[in-house]
Amino acid sequence: MSYLGYTDFFEPYIGKVEETRPARLERRRRGEEFPFMSLEEREEMLKYHPDYKEEGRREIKVGPSKGYRIAHEFVDLLEAKSRVAPDKVDLSTVDYEADVLVIGGGGAATIAALIAEESGAQVLIATKLRHGDANTMMAEGGIQAATKREKDSPYYHYLDVMGGGHFRNDPDIVAVFVKQASDSLQWLESLGVMFSKFPDGRLESMHGGGTCRKRMHYCADLSGMEIMRVVRDEARNRPNIKVLEFSPAVELILNEHGQCAGAVLYNMETEEYLVAKAKAVILATGGAGRLHVQGFMSTNHYGATADGVVIGYRAGVPLAFMHTVQYHPTGVVFPEQIEGWLITERFRAEGADIVNVRGEKFVNEREPRDVESARFIKECLDGKGVPTHTGKVGVWLDSPMIDILHGEGRVQTAFVGKWKVYDRLGIDISKAPMLVYPTLHYQNGGLKDNAECETVAPGLYVAGEVTGGLHGENRLMGNSLMDIVVFGRIAGRNAAIFAREKAKEGKLTLKHVKDYHKELKKAGIETDRVAPMLLPDYTSPEVKEKQLTVSRLGNSR
Amino acid sequence: MSVKEKNKSPAQAAVKEKKQIAVKLIPIYIMGKRYEVPEGLTIMKAMEYAGYILIRGCGCRGGTCGACGTVYRKPGDYKLQVALACQKTVEPDMYIAQIPFFPVNRALYHFAELTAAPEEAFNLYPELFRCVACNSCTKACPQGIEVMDAVSALKQGNIAEAARLSFDCIQCGLCTSRCFGELAQYHMFQLARRIYGARIAPAAEHLADMMKVINEGKYDQFLDELKQAKEDELKKMYQEREVEPMTAGEDWKPKDTKYL
Repeated sequence: MSYLGYTDFFEPYIGKVEETRPARLERRRRGEEFPFMSLEEREEMLKYHPDYKEEGRREIKVGPSKGYRIAHEFVDLLEAKSRVAPDKVDLSTVDYEADVLVIGGGGAATIAALIAEESGAQVLIATKLRHGDANTMMAEGGIQAATKREKDSPYYHYLDVMGGGHFRNDPDIVAVFVKQASDSLQWLESLGVMFSKFPDGRLESMHGGGTCRKRMHYCADLSGMEIMRVVRDEARNRPNIKVLEFSPAVELILNEHGQCAGAVLYNMETEEYLVAKAKAVILATGGAGRLHVQGFMSTNHYGATADGVVIGYRAGVPLAFMHTVQYHPTGVVFPEQIEGWLITERFRAEGADIVNVRGEKFVNEREPRDVESARFIKECLDGKGVPTHTGKVGVWLDSPMIDILHGEGRVQTAFVGKWKVYDRLGIDISKAPMLVYPTLHYQNGGLKDNAECETVAPGLYVAGEVTGGLHGENRLMGNSLMDIVVFGRIAGRNAAIFAREKAKEGKLTLKHVKDYHKELKKAGIETDRVAPMLLPDYTSPEVKEKQLTVSRLGNSR
Repeated sequence: MSVKEKNKSPAQAAVKEKKQIAVKLIPIYIMGKRYEVPEGLTIMKAMEYAGYILIRGCGCRGGTCGACGTVYRKPGDYKLQVALACQKTVEPDMYIAQIPFFPVNRALYHFAELTAAPEEAFNLYPELFRCVACNSCTKACPQGIEVMDAVSALKQGNIAEAARLSFDCIQCGLCTSRCFGELAQYHMFQLARRIYGARIAPAAEHLADMMKVINEGKYDQFLDELKQAKEDELKKMYQEREVEPMTAGEDWKPKDTKYL
C-alpha cells in the first residue's frame, strides 16, 4: 500500500505538509519571506555544520601536516599503515613502464593523459574501477568560464571564486584558472563535446550559487557525463595511452634522487601488487564522499575514498583546505534507491518550501549552502525532522507548490530529469513532497600544489578534486568541471616535460613508506588499519558476524 | 500515551516502531542461488546485503555511469528483462545476473581527420547495416532511449538526429547485449555525438574572441591587482560587484565596463 507513491508509513507526515500548504502558499503569494539570518545568527548556526563540529575532527599526529585538525575519517586513513610491507615489494622487477603514469580514471586523469600523450609521452593510466567511473561522470550542473566579453571577464570570475572560498584560496592558482577557462571550453568543443547552444553557436549560460554573471555553461543537465564520455573516447583512440582498469595505486614509488618514479599498483581481481615505473606521475584520484564523513550519505561514486590524499601524504605532500568538506543541503533521504542523490537548488528558487515534521517552515530557502545545511541538521537534532521507517531522518522539500504557483506541469517540464527518476520509483513529485537531508558532496581541499600542478615531490603532479587551493574553503557550483580541464591539461603538459627533461634514472625506493611506519610507531599509533581503503564496505553486520575465516586456506578466504 | 512517550520525537518514536515491525524479507536468486533480502532494496544493495563484495558491476550508484547493467527474469515469465542494479528494486523470486562487461567492437579513428559525411560512420562501423530493426535494443535501454530510431538515423546519414536521440546514453551496453545484428550501438552513437559537437553544431565563436583578448594580456593587470589586494579590499570589491539579475536576457550589459 502506498500514499502518493510513498509507503503508508509516510501518510500522516505528508498529511501535515498538505495541511499547512494552503497557508504557506498564501504567504508566498503575498511575497512574505521567512526572515534571513543575520551574520551573527549565521555564525551561531554554523556550529551545527559538520565542518565546525570540533568533536568531528582531530589532529593528525604524523606526516608533513602534523598538527592539522581534520575529520576523523581522513585522520583514520592517514594514521594507518601501508597495505603492503614495503620490504616485500620487489622494486627490481618492473611490471609496467611508461614515461608518464596517470593514477585515476576520471576527468582530470583522462585529460592529463591526453595532453601528456600529445606532448610526446608514452602514457599509462592506472585506475581503480573502470575508465570513467568517477565523480566527473555524475556532475550535472555545468562548467564556469567567463566567455562573454560584453558582460564578463576573468576579473569577475576571480572575485566570485574567492568570495565562495571565504577569500582563503590560493591567488596564483585562481588567476591561472580564470584565464584558461575559455580556452578549455574551446578545446572541449573541438573534441566534440555537445554544449547547449543558441542557434548561432553562442553557448547558453546561467547563474550558479555565488556567481555575479551568468557564466555557467552546460550540456543539458548531463555536463559531466558528456565531457567524460568524450575525453574517454578520445583517449581510446590514442595509441600511446594504455589503460589498466581495476588496478589502483596503493603507494607512490620514489627514486634515489627523491623524484617520484612510479607506483605500486594492486590488481583487485588477482590480488597481486605490481610495480609501475615512470619518469613522472600524475595523481588525479578524485574525492572522498564514500568515507561518509560524520556518517553522512554521499552524492559520490563508489570509488571516492581519498586514496590519492593517503599515498601523496605518505610521499611527503602536505595538505591544504582539508578542514572543509562540502555538504549539499538537499540530498535524497528516501526512496533508498536514490539515497544521497542531489536535488538541485532550483527547486527552492522556484518556490518550494522547506518544512519540518509539523509542516512548518523554519528557514529561508536561499541561505548560503553551508548555513542552509546547518539549519536542516539543527531541526532534525531538535527532534523536528521527518523520520523514515528505515531509521533515517530528513526535512520536506514541498515540490508540489511549484505546480500550484507556476501552473500545472511546471515540475515535469522544468525538472524533467528528477521527475523521471522519481516517477520510475512510483512517486510524482508534482503531487508529493521530497524528503531531503544534507549530503556529502565534495572534498574542498586536498594535496597542496601550485598553479603548475607541482607538488613538493619532484616529478609528482596533481590535478582535480585530490588537490587543495583553488576552491579555498568552499567550492562554487561549476568550478569543479572547469578545474579538471584547466589543471588536467597543465598537469599533463608539465609531467611530459619533466619526463623528457628532468627525470633522472635511479634506484627505486619505498623508504618513505618505511619512514612513515616508523613515525606512526613513534607517535604511539598502534593500529591494524591499512590505507588506502580502495572501496567502502557495505556488507551487512549480520553477514560480517559470520565471516569467521581465521586466515586464508587453499583458494578460499 | 504517557507524558514520557509524548515527549519522544517522531524520529525516536519511529526507531522504536521499527523495532516492533520486523523487516519483511523476500527471496531473490543471485545467479541462481537463493538469498532473503529486505524488500525495497535495489538489486545492488540487496547483493551487498546478501554478502557480495562488489568490485565490478558497481560505479556511480546513481544511474549515470553504466557499470551495473543487469539481466533478470521473474517467475512464470519467459521474458528476460534488463535494468541497472543501482536503480531497480528487488522483486520476490527474481533471478538476477549482472553483465559488468561486454566484449564489443569499437572502431579506432583519428578524430581530427573525420568529416561530417555520413560515410564516416558507414566505413568505421559497416555492421550498422546488419540491423534488422527488431527493436530489442530500445526495449533493453534503461534510459528509455529510442535506440533503434537512433540506429536508423545513422543508417540514413542523419548524424545530428542520432546525436540528439542518444544524448543521455550511459553506455551500459545492455542494448548491445540484446542485439541480433551484434552492433555496438553505444560506440556508434558516441562517434555521432562527437562529429555533431565538433563538425555540425555551429561553433561558439565568442570563445575565440575572449581567448584573443586574454592572450593579448588585457586582463593581466586587473588580475595582478586582485592577487595583491588585501583581504579587506577584496571583500569590498566582492560585495560591491555588479550582479547580473536572475531574469536578465542574453543582451544584458553591466553599467561598469572597466574590467571587461
